[in-house]
Amino acid sequence: MTSVLTASDMRSADIGIEDVVLRYGQGENSVLALDGVSFHVDRNEFCAIVGPSGCGKSSLLYLVAGLEERTGGTIAVGGKPVTGPGANRGMVFQSYTLFPWLTVAQNVAFGPKRKGFPAAERREIVDHFLDEVGLTQFANHFPSQLSGGMKQRVALARALANDPEVLLMDEPFGALDSQTRTAMQALLLKVWDHTKKTVLFVTHDIDEAILLADRVLVMSGRPGQIKKAIPIGIPRPRNMDLVMEPEFIALKRDILGLLKNDEDGDH
Amino acid sequence: MSSESRLKSLFRPYKPIPRRLGIFLGIFVWVLVIIGWIALTYSGAVKAIFLPRPEEVVEATLKMAANGTLWEHMFASIQVVLIGFFVSSVVAVPLGLTMGTYRVVQAFLDPLVNFVRYLPVSSFVPLFILWIGIGIEQRVAVIIFGIFFQQLVMIADSARGVPRDLVNAAYTLGTSPGDTVRQVVFPATLPNVLDILRVTMGWAWTYLVVAELVAAKSGLGYISLKAMRGFQVDVIFMAIAMIGILGLCTDQIFRLVRKLAAPWDHGSSQ
Repeated sequence: MTSVLTASDMRSADIGIEDVVLRYGQGENSVLALDGVSFHVDRNEFCAIVGPSGCGKSSLLYLVAGLEERTGGTIAVGGKPVTGPGANRGMVFQSYTLFPWLTVAQNVAFGPKRKGFPAAERREIVDHFLDEVGLTQFANHFPSQLSGGMKQRVALARALANDPEVLLMDEPFGALDSQTRTAMQALLLKVWDHTKKTVLFVTHDIDEAILLADRVLVMSGRPGQIKKAIPIGIPRPRNMDLVMEPEFIALKRDILGLLKNDEDGDH
Repeated sequence: MSSESRLKSLFRPYKPIPRRLGIFLGIFVWVLVIIGWIALTYSGAVKAIFLPRPEEVVEATLKMAANGTLWEHMFASIQVVLIGFFVSSVVAVPLGLTMGTYRVVQAFLDPLVNFVRYLPVSSFVPLFILWIGIGIEQRVAVIIFGIFFQQLVMIADSARGVPRDLVNAAYTLGTSPGDTVRQVVFPATLPNVLDILRVTMGWAWTYLVVAELVAAKSGLGYISLKAMRGFQVDVIFMAIAMIGILGLCTDQIFRLVRKLAAPWDHGSSQ
């Protein structure tokens, strides 16, 4: 393995979110989606966000990606304020976003090609990340020939191949069946161990959040606010059997309680 | 499988049918049309002055093919359709994509385009003659006027329909807005644009007769009009059949082009 591709050489940065406000629309019909959200994600930290649907957790991710404009507050990645989308913030979306006209390999090569890597180096990067997600044999397939889980694996490889400082994941396994989802979680644990990218991971699946993250942020319903940050002290490497451990169940009970409180408050 | 359940399965919505059956049915429908045609004409149910016998149409075709007039008129029509289609498409594709991608262009063009596209083409023929004269340019103008605004609207719609997260994914990989349009919006709409071109090519053939009805000296529309004055129904039928066949040929060419140019997308037409 060449040095460009080892974990220690991969870029990673922290995320600072300060008093972020997001309001859709204007005047009486406007909706306050996020109201004063502040938190910090350390470099190389895996941070998950859970919250009731409509709490603005996905919007928050889009704001960090620079794909939406915030109404107020500041967001900085690696100390640099976010003013729009950029290659330093990779993203895996809930919907399938592979470019249908490109093969799997060409999809993964999209970022490196744009950055001007020569063909040989590009091929090396593509080979490495397709190997990471176990899809080497599918390099020349079109996305339409892949299953949902495979598409999301390629999307992960494509985001990582561009070597972003942070990886934003918006319910990336939300559309998958539960078996595929479990396999994807195991894969992500392994891949993250290799890359140690700063990850901001949005999900509505509490098990998924605890299993993957170093810290789980629990959000309240609309307008979204950070209710509590729960550190997950479970040592790595982790595996899927964790879900039956008392420690895991205790954490799950805490988070469920926080979410349930919120539901009760709504009615 | 029993023959009854096999028959049932043919009428299950969207279920594919055997390839051979598909080909057979495609030929069978023509056999039915020709049998119906023969029955109507030979039984005397329809007078020969309204509907010629099949062999009369074939004879007329062979005669005109032999003395060369058929090719001359066919060539004239192909020329008009192709030039009109080409000029229209060359402008409509980039403009339509721009219109669908940039809201400012859409806001500027939408009110105008949506007005003009409902104007009847035939009512512009006298104006075109006044403005352009009676040369081939006039006929080409009719074709362009007939399809350009439709192409524009459909292509803009297709560009508007590009999934937003596909565009977002490109942004998070570091593309600029301009690159995103070139590298994502254009290829994403390619299969659709080719479908739209195929459909509007068909419309171009249907506008041909409108274009050749007045002031033309050649073309399939022209000879059918001339034939009507002499009650040569067989020639009219021949001209209509030729336009249909030429339309079918261009349609098949477009299907092939689409298959080769967008191999990743099998579309709904296949």
